[in-house]
Amino acid sequence: MKQKTFLISGFIASLFLAGVVSFYASSSPDGLEKVAGDIGFIETAKENINSKGILADYGVKGVDNSRLSTGAAGVIGVIATGAISTGFFLLIRRKSGGKK
Amino acid sequence: MHIPDGFIDLPTSAAFAAIAAAGVAVSIRGSKSALDEKTAPLAGLTATFIFAVQMLNFPVAAGTSGHLLGAALAAVLIGPFAATLAITIVLILQALLFADGGLSALGLSIFNMSLLAVWFGYGVFLLVKKIMPKKKISISIAAAIAALLSVPAAAAGFVVQYAIGANATFSVSAVLTAMIGTHLLIGIGEALITFFAVGAVLASRSDLVYGYKNETSKLEIRSN
Repeated sequence: MKQKTFLISGFIASLFLAGVVSFYASSSPDGLEKVAGDIGFIETAKENINSKGILADYGVKGVDNSRLSTGAAGVIGVIATGAISTGFFLLIRRKSGGKK
Repeated sequence: MHIPDGFIDLPTSAAFAAIAAAGVAVSIRGSKSALDEKTAPLAGLTATFIFAVQMLNFPVAAGTSGHLLGAALAAVLIGPFAATLAITIVLILQALLFADGGLSALGLSIFNMSLLAVWFGYGVFLLVKKIMPKKKISISIAAAIAALLSVPAAAAGFVVQYAIGANATFSVSAVLTAMIGTHLLIGIGEALITFFAVGAVLASRSDLVYGYKNETSKLEIRSN
């Protein structure tokens, strides 16, 4: 498989997982949240500063359809992570020219 | 295992943020040799894939879910230094964009998942790989075992932070037992996803897998 094909397939798979499959994810509390609730220290949690943000809790504010809201948040997250991380890794990579 | 604000006091959070920042700085230097025009986009894709799969919570026990951490997966695919950076980028974006994990707790989470889970996982991977036959499937199995243990390792990191600076007063040993038990279960899911993801990349482009490539290209590297 060509490198480009590989990268594009991986990106499309990520879009599909975050944009479509994510709707079917379990909404039960995760490990830490569950333990915190069972033992009791969940009480010390403070509300996240960004909890009113437009993408808070993996949903797009104002979109009522939860399938659409979660899916769109996932797609935005995949594109943002893809762009920022790829840009960052290209920036810090070893330059073949050897200049600093 | 994204820690919300408030669980751990601010001095402890600040201390771990300093350690996390140092770890990230070291990783930027360390990842240079592993990243070139070809592997840098792969590192970006690894971060992207981990972000996507972290949205997919799977049920582990009654009323509990878990999701991929991706530390061992990333370490095997792109090497531990770049893996630290990939997971860190994911954690920062999750906190900033999606309010997943507290901003004041970011250093704690980066320490547990980007440093502890990545390096512990990578260590386990190297150990298991050493005792396995030199086959492709061994790479996937070693990665899966590393994944299984990396999740309770990150959970143990949280317990240490809880012991040092919890804002609550519940017993540390109760937190330890519950955290390790729950995260061993999540580790099983982590192991399965890592096994298949590493296997898929090995099947299509094994030359891109850091933990596999390292073995075959040693001579090449020395001749430079």
